[in-house]
Order: sequence, then structure tokens, then C-alpha cells
Amino acid sequence: MTEQKKSWFRRLTEGLKRSTGALSGGIGDIFTKRRLDDAALEELEDLLITSDLGVSVASKLTQFLARERFGKEISAEDVRGVLAGYLTEILAPVAKPLAIDPAHCPHVILMAGVNGAGKTTTIGKLAQQFRDQGKSVMLAAGDTFRAAAVEQLQVWGERTGCPVVTTRLGGDAAGLAFEAMTRAKAENVDVLMIDTAGRLQNRTELMEELAKIVRVIRKQDETAPHDALIVLDASTGQNAINQVKVFSEVAQLTGIVMTKLDGSARGGVLVAAAEQFGLPIHAVGVGEGVEDLRPFDAEIFARTLVGLEVEDAA
Amino acid sequence: MFESLSDRLSGVFDKLKKRGALSESDVSAAMREVRVALLEADVALPVVKDFIKQVSDKAVGHNVLKSVTPGQQVIKIVHDELIAMLGGSADQEPPASSETLSLIGVPPVAVLMVGLQGSGKTTSTAKIAKRLTEKDRKRVLMASLDTRRPAAQEQLQVLGEQIGVKTLPIIKGQMATDIAKRAMDAARLQGFDVVMLDTAGRMHVDAALMAEVVAVRDRVQPVETLLVADALTGQDAVTVAKAFDDQVGITGVVLSRMDGDGRGGAALSMRAVTGKPIRLIGTGEKPDAIEPFHATRIAGRILGMGDVVSLVEKAAETIEAEDAERMAAKMRKGQFDLDDLRSQLRQMKKMGGMKGLMSMLPGIGKLAKGASQLDDKLLGRQEAIICAMTPKERRDVRVLNASRKRRIAAGAGVSIQDVNKLLKMHQQMSGMMKKMSKMGKKGGMRGMPSLPGMGGMGGAAGLPGSMGDLMGGLGGGPQGGGLPPELEALMKKKK
Ligand SMILES: Nc1nc2c(ncn2[C@@H]2O[C@H](COP(=O)(O)OP(=O)(O)OP(=O)(O)O)[C@@H](O)[C@H]2O)c(=O)[nH]1
Ligand SMILES: [Mg+2]
Repeated sequence: MTEQKKSWFRRLTEGLKRSTGALSGGIGDIFTKRRLDDAALEELEDLLITSDLGVSVASKLTQFLARERFGKEISAEDVRGVLAGYLTEILAPVAKPLAIDPAHCPHVILMAGVNGAGKTTTIGKLAQQFRDQGKSVMLAAGDTFRAAAVEQLQVWGERTGCPVVTTRLGGDAAGLAFEAMTRAKAENVDVLMIDTAGRLQNRTELMEELAKIVRVIRKQDETAPHDALIVLDASTGQNAINQVKVFSEVAQLTGIVMTKLDGSARGGVLVAAAEQFGLPIHAVGVGEGVEDLRPFDAEIFARTLVGLEVEDAA
Repeated sequence: MFESLSDRLSGVFDKLKKRGALSESDVSAAMREVRVALLEADVALPVVKDFIKQVSDKAVGHNVLKSVTPGQQVIKIVHDELIAMLGGSADQEPPASSETLSLIGVPPVAVLMVGLQGSGKTTSTAKIAKRLTEKDRKRVLMASLDTRRPAAQEQLQVLGEQIGVKTLPIIKGQMATDIAKRAMDAARLQGFDVVMLDTAGRMHVDAALMAEVVAVRDRVQPVETLLVADALTGQDAVTVAKAFDDQVGITGVVLSRMDGDGRGGAALSMRAVTGKPIRLIGTGEKPDAIEPFHATRIAGRILGMGDVVSLVEKAAETIEAEDAERMAAKMRKGQFDLDDLRSQLRQMKKMGGMKGLMSMLPGIGKLAKGASQLDDKLLGRQEAIICAMTPKERRDVRVLNASRKRRIAAGAGVSIQDVNKLLKMHQQMSGMMKKMSKMGKKGGMRGMPSLPGMGGMGGAAGLPGSMGDLMGGLGGGPQGGGLPPELEALMKKKK
């Protein structure tokens, strides 16, 4: 395990260990020297549910386990191992780092999601990563609605040394996106990241505004946005599925970033999202700092979901 | 998206042929569906478990009344229990705004807003400040203690300008506790009533940041510490709420983003795990979009049935009708006593008296005008007469001799004639009941519960079976002759 992987994993599991609803502890309690029977399976399903995997995914996993091991003596460790394996299988195909295509000039990334999910912060973190890779980055403050959203992105621009295209509060977000596209092309930047206002997916007029932003971007480059990312808050429950669904329809999402995995929420809803939508999961946020963004690693995430210890991670 | 609870339950109960009391196995089958519905609504599992246990205990042995399906019956029990657990009662009015927060103390009092990152604290701070300013005429000062997130203090400042509420001037580099102190001092000097303190979002597992907010709390001694939480929160809701309550001590919860299409199970989770009330809900991004919490509405939403309320109401009405039916059964056996008559009279009064009842009946709406004079006066008088009787007299009218009648008349402030009229009415009614029971094989009461044209009239479905039938007699049905004397007279006049 690489140093970076390890520290990410530690951060994740530290949060989990401090939380009260320790999934790992639960499985340990249930399966130490126990036969895998219906009662044990039901308890296991319950425990998966507490990780926000959702009822149907949790019961599917439990059935999987039942097929494999029903009636056998099975230790907590084995249960975790089998489960982590299955989850890794589901998640591995969607674990793809965000890749900048140098053929695009600029490579346009649109950031969308519900209010407070972590869009602006994630843009700041990504900007730093791209800068570290030696790329030129421009940011567009497309949140023209929320108070001081522009100033917030400007601070990230200063921190990461990226110019920020802005308009006034209450200005037209699509117009701003258009202007940013023009400037980014003219200035030959490698990456343009467009922030948008948070919006709930059931607000049709706001979703239409997002669709308009996408249309305007396409007017300048029909292959753009090259990445349309939804930012999901790890503490969100089953509604996250609906968020991915509706944002996909409106903005043709290409990927997912999950934030706030440094708390006690485990983000199990990603498993259902992976199964239903197959969208790449690019990165996870593990803090508020500029460096607190990690590539999404299926195995680590899976093992964390079932409460395996850091030392056990391969 | 998700199957509604009523669909789920009807699936379970389709197989269920037998009626009567809900057996343990019926209930446990139903509760499996309830469990899934609650989990899909993001109610945290430990809370779901407690809830299921509580509801099961209530439901087992509960009679399934003939007119409702077992599913409806279970939904009603679940719904009522959910409302109770959310801290409401079905008919509770939302509190006035000053009651949603308790701001008692020597001004300025502090309200501390806490919660995870991105939960909606700043927006909620501004909304509450606006509400207190406009609705409660409080002088409010807002201050942002968020020194961490870029432009967080500016955000509150801009909001303050938008809603016309003062904010504490920003001094860069100051620590949260110092800003809090400065805010309280400024408020004291400038005569503010309330200081709204917005804090930085923090993870409940971050010991250093939790210590910071505890230090702020100790400094300002807030009268309210509100946990702002996202209504879309999943299973983590219990952990977060418990951690904030244990470490900081919250007095209530503000649920943001209730305008989303989430099912809002977090409301139940947080309420259950902390015992602290949900004070307000955020319903939009605009500064006015904040409302008192309605347990009833959220209960319907958590159960995932837009129609749950009407469904439950219907069930409730039918259940009332079932009560009436039970009474009717008593009547048929000739056990219709004056206690029963009294509850019938009360039921009628509740439904708007004679006038209300008659206006629901087809073809006699015109009569209602005349009836309005009798209306409540008549019903009230009759009730008073029954009340003046001893329990023994109510159970068995045969003991009523002249002296007893005199006593009753005096007690009720009526004439002996009035007492006799009531007794005659009672006699006619029980006579009619017996006659009908002989006619209808299925039992007269259920045989004709639905008066033509009564469907869809608000409240009409709650018409107790026996009264409905009584009124049905008005229309010249075969059972005519069982009318209260006054009404009979009225009918004759009009004819
Ligand atoms: N602990 C933690 N906090 C995060 C993470 N990502 C973002 N945040 C915090 O979450 C809060 C909201 O983040 P923003 O980036 O402003 O979210 P947004 O989606 O742009 O919000 P709006 O523009 O208001 O809709 C801020 O306080 C961030 O610092 C993360 O991975 N971990
Ligand atoms: Mg933002």
C-alpha cells in the first residue's frame, strides 16, 4: 500500500472508529464463532443498511452471502472479507480518476449538485491537483445566486493561483459560462472549471437553468463539457440516487465526486448508484483543506464500508 | 420511485382472509413492510427498530373493523404512532413563531447555530433572524463565527443586507470565541434583544472543532442551541444528532432542504435519538422560506404516501362508522339505552347539528332552514335531560317513575313533557332498530349506511350508521316512523 493510500484509509477509518454506530463492531459481535443462519443474515443486512447501502442492495448482498456460506461456521473476518470482495467487484469498474484530455482546449469541467454538497471546495481542491500537474487552470464563478459564492471561489483562486471569471450577484449564470469559455479559449488554458449554484433536483426551473448552462457551453465547443460532475455529500441518504438520476438527465453527468467522508457517514449509497448508473466515481473529499481530495479506490472504499481495519488493507 | 406503504401493505394483506383481531403474525408481516418503507425514507435503523416494536405492541390484538382493510387499519396505527413520535398530535396547530423558539432571558439572549459543513446554517440563521425581526418584533444582531470557510462571514453579511438585519462588523483574524464575545458586548451596548450566532460547519468527530463550539457556548450561554441538519441526511442522522447533543447540548433541530424530494426520515431519527423538538423547517433558498414543523405532514411524507392523510382520514371515518355499527348491533338486540342515545346526540352536535345533517341529505335541504331553529337547542336540551339521570336510569328506562321524571326535569331545567318526549323518542328508536334487524339479514345498519348523494361530502362519511339510518327514514324509506317527535312534526308541516 502506498503512503498516500494508507493515510487516506486511516482518515476514513478514524472517522468510522469514532462514530457510534460501528459497523465493524457490529459484524464482529454477530459473527464471532457463529453459524450463518437467518437471524445472523438479518442482523447483517441491518448493519449494511446503517451504512446507507439501502434496503435492496443490503438484502442483495446478504443473499449473496447466504448462497456462499449459509449454514457454515463463519468468523467476522470472513464475513467482512466476502462482503468487501463483492462490493469491490461492484465498485471497481467505476473507480476512475479524473483525467484531463490535452486534446481539448480547454478541457471543461462542470460542477453540479445540491446546495452545500461541496462543489466549490472540490473545485478548489481539483484546481490544486491540476496545478501540481503543471496545468493552467481557470475557474468560473457560475454561482451567481448564493451570497458571497463568488468571493468564496475567488479565495480558492488565490490559494491555487488560478484566474476566476466572475459576474455580479444575480447575474446570468449561462452568460457567465459563455464568457468563461471565450476567455479560456483565448487564453489557451488547459482546464476550465465551472462552478454552479447548488440546486435541488426537484426544482425544475433551476434544473432548466443548469440545462441552459450546458447548452451555452456546447455552443462554443460541442464536445464540452468534457466532464459534468455531480458532487454528493456522504451524509446524504437514499435521495442521492434521485440526485444522480435527475442531474444526469439534465446535465448528462459523466462522473461523481463524494465529499465529507471524514465524518462518520460512510456513503454506502454509492454502491446503489454504481449499480444503477455505472457513472465513474472520480474522487472523495476527506476534509476542508486544499489537499483533502483523494482518488476513489474501490477496494479501500469497500473495505471501509464493511469495517475492515487499516492494517488489513492490502 | 419507492413503493408506497399502502401498496406494500395491501400486498401483504391480500393474502389475509380472516378478519377480527390482528394476530401477531399479521402484524409482523405488516411490520416488515413498514420497516422497509421507513428505511427507504432514511429513518435510521435503531429508530426504525424501536418504532416497529412500539407499533407492534399497539397493533397486535387490535380489532380490524369490517369497513376498513387490515392494511388501512395498520396504516392508521403506524401513522398515529409516527406523529406521536415526531412530537405532535394529529390535530395540533403549528405554534406561533415566538413559541418555536424560547427566547426568555435578560436581553441580549444568544441563539447558537451548529451543525455539519454544508447543512444550511448560514441560510437558516438569516431566515430565523428575519422571522424574529418581522414576526416577533425583536431587535436581532447576527454574527458569523465561521473563520474557516472562505467568504463565510461575507455571506452572512450580504444576507443581512438583503433581509435588513444588522450583522456584526467583520474583523479578520479574530477567533470564534472572541467574535462571540464581541457580538454579545455590541448587542448589550446597542440594545439588541437577540444575537444569532452562526458557526463554522464542523464534523462531530473533529474533537478540536467540537471543543471550539463548546467554548463559544460557555462564553455566551445561549438560550437556544439549534442543530441545523439536512433533511436529506441518511443513516448518519442519529450519530450526528447524538454527538452534537452529547457534546454541545442542543435545544432543538432545524431541518433544512425540506423542499427537496427526500422523504425526511432524518426528522424522526433526530427527534427520537435526542428527544429534542424539530423547531423549524427550511423550505427554500429565499429568506422567507422557513416554517414551523408539522408532525402530521412529515409523518405522511415519511410513509411515502401523498394520499396518506386522506387515506387515513377515510379509515378514521370508517372506524367511527364502525363504532356506530357496534352501537347499532346493541340497538338491534334492544340494548339501546340512554347512554347510547346521548352519544348519538353528541355525535350529531359534532357534525353540525340537525341543520348540518339535514343539509347533507338529498331533497331536504330546504327543510334545513326550519330545522336550524331546533338545531342545537333541541339537541342540547335532550342531552341535558339524559345528563340529569342517574347511570342506572340511563341503562334501564323502565325504572323511571313520575317522581324520578320530576327530579330529572328539574335538574335539566325542562318540563316533564320534554322528558317524556325524549323517552318516547328513545322508545321509537329502539323499536325501529328491532324492526330493521328482522328485515335485513345482514343487519340493517350496514345494509343501508350510505345515503344516496352523501359520498364526497366533507365529514358526511363519518355519519354514524344509526343516525344515518334514522335520517334515512326522513326520506320516506320503509323504516319511517322512527323519527324524533319534533322532526316528525316538521316533516308533516313541510309535506
Ligand atoms: N469535512 C469536510 N467538509 C467539506 C468537504 N467538502 C466540502 N466541505 C465543506 O462543506 C461546506 C460546503 O462546501 P461548499 O464547497 O461551499 O459547497 P457547495 O456545494 O459549493 O455549496 P453551495 O454553493 O452553497 O451550494 C464548506 O464548509 C466546506 O468547507 C469534505 O470533504 N469534508
Ligand atoms: Mg458553492
